[in-house]
Amino acid sequence: MIHLILFSVFGIVCVAGAVNLLVQRHPINSALSLVVVMGSLAAEYMLLGAEFVAAIQVIVYAGAVMVLFIFVIMLLNAGEEEQTRGSRVAQLFGIPGMLIGSALVAWVLVERSGTQAVPAGALPGPPKTIGWLLFHDYLLPFEITSVLVLIAIMGAVVLASPPRAVQQSKKES
Amino acid sequence: MVPLSYYLVLSAILFTCGVTGFLIKRNIISIFLSIELMLNGVNLSFVAFAAQWKALSGQVFVFFVMVVAAAEAAVGLAIIIAVFRTRETLNVDRVNLLKL
Repeated sequence: MIHLILFSVFGIVCVAGAVNLLVQRHPINSALSLVVVMGSLAAEYMLLGAEFVAAIQVIVYAGAVMVLFIFVIMLLNAGEEEQTRGSRVAQLFGIPGMLIGSALVAWVLVERSGTQAVPAGALPGPPKTIGWLLFHDYLLPFEITSVLVLIAIMGAVVLASPPRAVQQSKKES
Repeated sequence: MVPLSYYLVLSAILFTCGVTGFLIKRNIISIFLSIELMLNGVNLSFVAFAAQWKALSGQVFVFFVMVVAAAEAAVGLAIIIAVFRTRETLNVDRVNLLKL
């Protein structure tokens, strides 16, 4: 019972944050409501017994990725987004499409699937077991992600550094 | 005891919110945030299925999704900075030409 209450509370906070992300015009408000969504999702992971995932959700997602986003929003001095004709057409089709889509998916999932209930803390998922899995069964994907992250770092540095002409003119002056 | 389908419905709602934000937002950073919301919705269904089938592989895949999302955020934000440097705008409707 208390599990269901906790699930509902954090689920409502989660959906409210997601809807607030759509409603807000200023990107910094959207980013902060995404932090709310991530925090309540971490609580949902704790309810499912996934402590490791909950921890990296808070540390990596809410801590690192969102700070990067907020840095960029402040760096570019992003203001309120402006409305154009295209965005009105997108709203006209996008919002009913979203409502229909989520209603359909919810109906199918609740009515048609014979899924059992998930007990609280059902999964013995301590970081030790996950680390063992990561370095035995999933060693090759793990190494490939390290290469991926290296490429991403180099790509980000190359893309974000100023163009060469600007650097040269600064050196001359 | 919460049925698995509740978790899946929550995950589907988050994913459709992300898709809608991707469609209706015009600010390039807000579009990027919507993509992150979609990834979070997918992660929730990964963890829910992992709990359902008592298989920890789902949680390992959430780890991989997070690594890819972090890499994607770094590269994507660098691209946003590069676009802003040449176009002086964040509105995607104004970034409609390949040449400067």
